[in-house]
Amino acid sequence: MNKARQNPFNVVAMHGALILYTLVALFPVFVILINSFKTRRAIFREPLALPNADSFSLIGYQTVMKQGDFFLYFQNSMIVTVASLFFILLFGAMAAYALSEYQFRGNLLMGLYLALGIMIPIRIGTVAILEMMVATGLVNTLWALILVYTAQGLPLAVFILSEFMRQVSDDLKNAGRIDGLSEYTIFFRLVLPLVRPAMATVAVFNMIPIWNDLWFPLILAPAEETKTLTLGSQVFIGQFVTDWNAVLSALSMAILPVLILYIIFSRQLIRGITSGAVK
Amino acid sequence: MNRPRIRWHIVVFLAPAVLVYTAVMIFPLFNTLRLALFTEVDQTRVFVGLQNFRTLFFDPIWSEQFWNALGNNFWFFLIHMLVQNPIGIALAALLSHPRLRFAALYRSAIFIPTILSFVIVGFAWKLILSPIWGIAPSMLDAIGLKSLFAPWLGKEEYALTTLALISVWQFVGIPMMLIYAALLTIPEEILEAGEIDGITGASAFWKIKLPLILPSIGIISILTFVGNFNAFDLIYASQGALAGPDFSTDILGTFMYRTFFGFQLQLGDPHMGSAIAGAMFAIILVGVCIYLFGIQTRMRRYQL
Repeated sequence: MNKARQNPFNVVAMHGALILYTLVALFPVFVILINSFKTRRAIFREPLALPNADSFSLIGYQTVMKQGDFFLYFQNSMIVTVASLFFILLFGAMAAYALSEYQFRGNLLMGLYLALGIMIPIRIGTVAILEMMVATGLVNTLWALILVYTAQGLPLAVFILSEFMRQVSDDLKNAGRIDGLSEYTIFFRLVLPLVRPAMATVAVFNMIPIWNDLWFPLILAPAEETKTLTLGSQVFIGQFVTDWNAVLSALSMAILPVLILYIIFSRQLIRGITSGAVK
Repeated sequence: MNRPRIRWHIVVFLAPAVLVYTAVMIFPLFNTLRLALFTEVDQTRVFVGLQNFRTLFFDPIWSEQFWNALGNNFWFFLIHMLVQNPIGIALAALLSHPRLRFAALYRSAIFIPTILSFVIVGFAWKLILSPIWGIAPSMLDAIGLKSLFAPWLGKEEYALTTLALISVWQFVGIPMMLIYAALLTIPEEILEAGEIDGITGASAFWKIKLPLILPSIGIISILTFVGNFNAFDLIYASQGALAGPDFSTDILGTFMYRTFFGFQLQLGDPHMGSAIAGAMFAIILVGVCIYLFGIQTRMRRYQL
């Protein structure tokens, strides 16, 4: 490293460009959040001003609390996301272990078959998925969503996890075998703890698309009791489109949980992406 | 032990994933393609061969909508390729600069729109661009460009481009992160060797780094392609299933949804919906094949 690459003018220009784009990225979120705490008059008179003693109001949040069942929606989203992640990780890790650990006929073919789904979106099959869910009575249950998201997440999970499982030392597993451990015990007690970082990466990758999906909740589970937060806020905002306080508050309430999750997991997410897990 | 015996633990390990994946993903995919060959007459399913596709491509009522949606979808994709990916690469190039302060902060902040749901993004921009609220016009006014303002989402000629740019705003974080990761893997020695030969700054980017990250740019392009031809949520959240004004923002995803479920004027038709899904499947398959066989295998990879 020498000085040739660093010149003060360039440094200022680089920070200038990055700050400018950061403002572009954050501005809409900022505008929504500050205006959700203002009175209707203040929203229109000075949309860019921070709420002060005069313009502060929680009327929007009160409407949202009264009208929409956001706690139920939140709970549904939580159940669907957590259950799907659990099944993606458990089933994905089991299949990845079988593919990376054992030599058997059809191993390569099975790997290719499972990898097909990485590139082909599951939405293409929606018509038949809905038909199947109607036939099995799973329509308007959270199970329909959990099954679909599990199937959607498995291909990439198997792909990433089997890459990592190949790196687990054979000596460790053979030592376990000599000690008389069963193949299941070796997997659950020896291998799984070692690939935990990779599992976290897979979980973070899948979490955001599942939480934010609108298509499948809209088609498979639009009933009031099974609405997810994304669908719930879509419907709510559609109904209250002229009540700006309520719309802005509903948007803020939808932003907050994701933002909190992001702040908790951003390190993991960025490390996952930059470690080249998706090459 | 001559006879190969079945090692049951392998079956147990594979079974759950294979069953769920086959039953919920692969089987419905082929079943949808099969359903595209049927139609409903007097509430019974009748096999009609390729008739649905003929209707979709050539019947004036259907084909006009289909080609409109397909054309819009290509424009949507083109804007992502021309705006999202270059901005993402530029941001990644800036962020990967050694000894840049606050790089982690910029990176996390610029990625925030990507984690928000389409519903939030669609409505937030709809409000900001709304002529009623007046944030966009008053900001343009502040820099003396008020005359440029138009209700972009409400005008046929601008709505699709505006939505594509909103989607670009949302997803710029993904190419940024992937390119950033690729740039980090370039060894310092290569850059130093270039420096000795007098290649620094911008020319180091064009002549050394860019050729080395071409494979990542290829991956980003195919991810963008698949994502765009399967898009639905943003348009539905901000313009509704009719993809207004006057279908000017209709893409294949919204067209399929409307056909499958029916909307206001028309009844839902799962068979025509399947036919559109079949067309989407074919387009995505062609794109993926072009990438896998035409681009990826010909791209020069350098051993780092």
